[in-house]
Amino acid sequence: MSTTAVSKGAGSKFTPHEIMGLSGNEAAAEALKQVNPDVAAVFPITPQTELMHKFAEYVANGAVDTELINVESEHSAMSATVGASAAGARAVTATSANGLALMWEIVAIASSLRLPIVMPVVNRAISGPLNIHCDHSDTMGCRDLGWIQLYSEDSQEAYDNMIQAFRIAEDKSVMLPVMVTFDGFIISHTMERVEIIADDGVVRKFVGEYKPENYLLNAQHPVTYGPLDLPDWLFEHKRQEVQGFLNAPEVIKKVGREYGQITGRSYDLLENYRMDDAELAVVALGSTAGTAKAAIDELRDEGVKAGLVKIRCFRPFPGKELCATLGRCKAVSVMDRSFSFGLEGGPVFNEIRGAAYGAGLKVPMVSHIYGIGGRDINVTQIRGIFEGLKKLASGGRIETVENYVGLRE
Amino acid sequence: MAEVKKVKGWRDVAIGGLVEPGTSEQYNTGSWRTYRPVWHADRCIHCLQCWAFCPDSSIVVKDEKFSGFDYYHCKGCGLCAKMCPVKGEKAITMILETEAAKAEKK
Repeated sequence: MSTTAVSKGAGSKFTPHEIMGLSGNEAAAEALKQVNPDVAAVFPITPQTELMHKFAEYVANGAVDTELINVESEHSAMSATVGASAAGARAVTATSANGLALMWEIVAIASSLRLPIVMPVVNRAISGPLNIHCDHSDTMGCRDLGWIQLYSEDSQEAYDNMIQAFRIAEDKSVMLPVMVTFDGFIISHTMERVEIIADDGVVRKFVGEYKPENYLLNAQHPVTYGPLDLPDWLFEHKRQEVQGFLNAPEVIKKVGREYGQITGRSYDLLENYRMDDAELAVVALGSTAGTAKAAIDELRDEGVKAGLVKIRCFRPFPGKELCATLGRCKAVSVMDRSFSFGLEGGPVFNEIRGAAYGAGLKVPMVSHIYGIGGRDINVTQIRGIFEGLKKLASGGRIETVENYVGLRE
Repeated sequence: MAEVKKVKGWRDVAIGGLVEPGTSEQYNTGSWRTYRPVWHADRCIHCLQCWAFCPDSSIVVKDEKFSGFDYYHCKGCGLCAKMCPVKGEKAITMILETEAAKAEKK
């Protein structure tokens, strides 16, 4: 791995960075190293394994002070993380697919106890039949469990999102756990050029010292976490959780702006790519956003007014922001990398269509499901989606709401 | 004696179901009572056996003398009446809550 410390041009206002060749897993581990959390509970699962493997090296080498706990399952991993976080530690774990499924019970407990845990989830298809490759069925499946979800387009975003996640989770007006997701193998195991903040101190200052308000190891102010919460209180506590999500968008945007002031890479809830005058748009999240940008560049060269809306923050769901952009289009496709069985169209599609109804949008909208179990998606296929949108934009009927890209008929 | 408080809304309590110490003080366990302890001042010798045995700290003492019951928390177990050492008619007796309520109406 060759690295060079550089700053962006002479007299740059940004903090110096190192350019590294890193896989997504390594980039996320690097971010964790720079943040230096108090506790990490780790259990291997493809394709996440390498992430915590790398982080364990940092622990062994003394690069971090983190207490690394080797646990016997993901259920234990999340349980240990919840315990550590409630005790007052900045706690992390990481997982994929079936590991996320096994920790399910405690995933919901983490958010309902309002513990600001950060967890990278390397997207992989939920079994079965057994598959270790990327789709979004794992994180989409737990979209209602009360976690903030940030999707990453590449290794750089995986690194950037990891650092910002701590600030977002720990904000007093939010206090919700954050999942940082990136596509299994496509991002997690692909080496890319990544700009790393050169000085760990800059990252630690940005993230700040973790100062929990109420925690179990505070003998001066003892508290009980996770008591029985019967019909007289659970409703109120869930309403509080809603408030955390209502407060989160402003915090996510603020943290994204501040991160941009340091690194030159600002973040928002969405990224609009060539959307200013776009008539045909696709919505995507994860690595496919990059493929879509390549397709859109080709189409723009040919005079087609094509654009992309990339969802970075899926929870809280930026419905208003999406509708503000998509409302100007003549036809829209929402690309989903997972099914929502029994419902017509993928989960992202249905959420956007729901928001569109509320916003009074009349734009024709279709669902394209692709990339299941790591099935490849390429520029030509995304161009094909735009071909369909052209017909819709010129008055064509929506023949099928749920369409498949790359499926053998 | 704790006052009867309005049940709090979602904005008024710590997030996440977190429970701070001493919340049982706000809990009206007095509503569980079937029998109510009643004090007879003329027979009381202020030995404070009732205070020592009360499992709910519901005997109120002032200047080392019995001064009343905390009916917000008293569950009506009757230990105070049982432990009262006064010979003959005791200084604390138990009456049915329904009877007490009728007497209060009159």
